[in-house]
Amino acid sequence: MEVKDANSALLSNYEVYQLLTDLKEQRKESGKNKHSAGQQNLNTITFETLKYISKTPCRNQSPEIVREFLTAMKNHKLTKAEKLQLLNHRPMTAVEIQLMVEESEERLTEEQIEALLHTVTTILPAGPEDEQNKNTSQDVAMDEEDPA
Amino acid sequence: MFVLVEMVDTVRIPPWQFERRLNEAIAEELNKKLANKVVYNVGLCICLFDITKLEDAYVFPGDGASHTKVHFRYVVFHPFLDEILIGKIKGCSPEGVHVSLGFFDDILIPPESLQQPAKFDETEQVWVWEYETEEGAHDLYMDTGEEIRFRVVDESFVDTSPTGPSSAEATSSSEELPKKEAPYTLVGSISEPGLGLLSWWTSN
Repeated sequence: MEVKDANSALLSNYEVYQLLTDLKEQRKESGKNKHSAGQQNLNTITFETLKYISKTPCRNQSPEIVREFLTAMKNHKLTKAEKLQLLNHRPMTAVEIQLMVEESEERLTEEQIEALLHTVTTILPAGPEDEQNKNTSQDVAMDEEDPA
Repeated sequence: MFVLVEMVDTVRIPPWQFERRLNEAIAEELNKKLANKVVYNVGLCICLFDITKLEDAYVFPGDGASHTKVHFRYVVFHPFLDEILIGKIKGCSPEGVHVSLGFFDDILIPPESLQQPAKFDETEQVWVWEYETEEGAHDLYMDTGEEIRFRVVDESFVDTSPTGPSSAEATSSSEELPKKEAPYTLVGSISEPGLGLLSWWTSN
């Protein structure tokens, strides 16, 4: 076996999520031989990876959202690796942006960081955990209104 | 986190699988060979992305199976240097904090890369960040199962292919099993603001 190019392209977590979900559907339809000894490794790795990615914000993304995000990122002059990290993690605080963008204090002013945060949080959908938090806080608000 | 790797390999299809479509049989063989395995200096292989080129299939004398040279692309887990990842703490030991991603377990954060000052609590076997503020010192424990954000600072590949038979002396004297080394390990760091347990930095 020969490796022609060990780094031919970077994949976003969303792309891997799509690929694995499609693969799972395909294998479910063909049915018969997924439990043979040889397929066990594929089953394990796809299950675990899908489990990991499903808990990140990438789960609710779509190709249109990713396209919109990348067009919006054009003005900010970020490297490919930085944009990929923003896409995969959906940072919500300035501290997280400083981690993902190298030398952010020199390259971005505070307003630019705010603008970046705003773009990220508006275009990219929230992750499954954040949605859970949002729902519980809404319930609390409703309880408070009831006695009135 | 994931990269696409272009590879070439010769796939052997045994005669009893000749009724299947060639592409499917090849995809299954490739996944059987590579999924969940580490390729030296490349990373942890996840699954087949696509087949880019199929060359002619040959049957060699003495072997009834067909051999096809396949050019394909594989999805591989290989985080780049300085990438930020989020994982779960698997446990703590004097060597550092062990982190797992579910599908990949061999991530270690050595004691010098923890938020300083840090100490190891022997009774609870857990690393603690002694966070100092004006009010006094808070002890922040790094408990098992907590989600942790870390930066990848180093990776190491170990070639675990079998070597020839070792000398007779060495094998007969010791009955213990040879130490199993992980083929691919990552070294992480949490010594920056924003890194460490997610609960340390959420502002609710």
